[in-house]
Amino acid sequence: MSATVAMPAKAPGTGYWRGVGRRFARQPLAMAAAMVLLVVVLSAIGADWIAPADPFQTSVSRRLAAIGTPGRWLGGDELGRDMLSRLIHGGRVSLAMAIVPVAVALVIGGFLGVLAGYAGGAVNMAIMRVMDVFYAYPSILLAVAIAGALGPGMVNGMVALTLVFVAPIARVAESVTTQVRANDYVVAARLSGAPTSMILRRHVLNNVAGPVLVFAASQVSVSIIAASGLSFLGLGVSPPQADWGLMLSALRQALYVNPWVAALPGAAIFLCSMAVNIVSDGIRRAMELRR
Amino acid sequence: MKAPLPALPDRGGPAQPMLTVNGLRRWFRLDGKRVIRAVDGLDFSVAKGTTLGIVGESGCGKSTAAKLVAGIEPADAGEVVLDGEVFWARGARIGPEARRAVQMVFQDSHSSLNPRMTAAESIAFGPEAHGVKPGAARDYARALLEAVGLPPDRFADRPPMALSGGQRQRVNIARALALRPRVLLLDEPVSALDKSVEAQVLNLLVRLRAQLDLTYVFISHDLSVVRYVADEVAVMYLGQVVEQAPASVIFARPSHPYTRALFASKPSVDPRRRIAAPPIQGDPPDPVDPPSGCRFRTRCGFAEALCATGTPPLGTVAPAHRVACWMTVPRSGHSQAGVAA
Repeated sequence: MSATVAMPAKAPGTGYWRGVGRRFARQPLAMAAAMVLLVVVLSAIGADWIAPADPFQTSVSRRLAAIGTPGRWLGGDELGRDMLSRLIHGGRVSLAMAIVPVAVALVIGGFLGVLAGYAGGAVNMAIMRVMDVFYAYPSILLAVAIAGALGPGMVNGMVALTLVFVAPIARVAESVTTQVRANDYVVAARLSGAPTSMILRRHVLNNVAGPVLVFAASQVSVSIIAASGLSFLGLGVSPPQADWGLMLSALRQALYVNPWVAALPGAAIFLCSMAVNIVSDGIRRAMELRR
Repeated sequence: MKAPLPALPDRGGPAQPMLTVNGLRRWFRLDGKRVIRAVDGLDFSVAKGTTLGIVGESGCGKSTAAKLVAGIEPADAGEVVLDGEVFWARGARIGPEARRAVQMVFQDSHSSLNPRMTAAESIAFGPEAHGVKPGAARDYARALLEAVGLPPDRFADRPPMALSGGQRQRVNIARALALRPRVLLLDEPVSALDKSVEAQVLNLLVRLRAQLDLTYVFISHDLSVVRYVADEVAVMYLGQVVEQAPASVIFARPSHPYTRALFASKPSVDPRRRIAAPPIQGDPPDPVDPPSGCRFRTRCGFAEALCATGTPPLGTVAPAHRVACWMTVPRSGHSQAGVAA
């Protein structure tokens, strides 16, 4: 037995996450994407202080103003409102509408998935077949169908998106839990006579949480696009609220007049969705336990 | 070492078998009608303070048998009696206190330790589940690490990734011992280890058995290992025991043709006694569709018409020596009956 391992390895509790942080920081692309996200999130939170102008202040003379116009540095929209301010304020609404549904779906889907995975048998069958029904439809189509049935409005849009993300998250949670449960350390824990709740808390959730959280984070990028899509179709946020999808919809008639300004909300959606994707991928890579 | 959990009581005295397994059966349904008979009527018993070695080829149901005995895998039929009291019978749940009595050590030391727990946390989990305060459980875990030869100051806070295979297996043993069991089911505990480490872990197991008054069921495919640790040996073939005898007897006078073939297939350390042809030909039959009568007959050199029609009983041929073969049954109708044994 090689009794002398020089490096005194730390417990995974704190040391593990420190290692994840270190490995994440070593990925330049992921770090850049994280910076982008940080800027977007901070500006969304501080929109009231950061935005240079009132996002609702119209100006007839500056309708579809070009990028670089004084007072409308990123141009003006179809009513002459400041694009920069609307993008910053819109980020707040768009991000909230994208993140809240995934967070709620994480709680519901995570619970259902872990339950199905740990219980197995008939319980698994019942839960996962219901999830399969949701899975049968493309996510955007499902969101549109549910939002359409519930009627327009921000809350209804969020409910629709939540229902869309429950199934994929439940499926990932179920498959990870099934894998974890098959490990001998769970068998050993069951042999000890420990109550199921304690086994779930100490042995299962610990090992399931990471991959499921990373998957949920990656779903935020889908959610940003889906949320914008709902607003674009008039099923989410209603005017005059600033929202990237809504802005894109309103500006699409201006595409031939001032394509650069019209493309800005789309670019914001793309950038955020991409950044979320890259960051979640980076976290996933940093979390891999190397043996 | 002061254990925070009370010792489980010895009920029947030294003459009562520690563990008796009767008619254990587990069939896995594949699809519709096809069924794998993984364990199909398993009978054996283990005396207190001894080690029963269970040997057999891969896929003969050894590991499933261990999980069934531990009550972690549901059995279709049979019962396990622990020191005169039913440990479990079909449909019954085992209470947490009774559960402590039978613990397991697994072959794969990787998947048997939670990657996000330290060695001490893994060991302390069981006692904590039985109401021991975290602080006391931690001290106990450190004492157990010491007992299995891992200085706690260096090893208590290590995750499994920072342990070698042998060290992980020692942690596994400590975790099983933390509940103060009476029976330890060792499922190929040293098969994944280097030979030098294997010897250390085996010696540790032998020492602990005497120190803690344990009874072992030691499952292995390695005959040399079994010869070293076991007092009694049971040979399994396709989910059934075909021969059980004290180790000294079975290694000196194996009676079942399968046992003889198995022992003959073990390469000798003496190169002049190298064997030319493998004594058993081919793979074991499909457990989905086992042969009629004696299950070994398809690979047995002594098979006769009788072997296909009747299942040989596990009969006593000498004190404590039981064999399931028609050749050992006098006047069974087999031409070799009474000759071979």
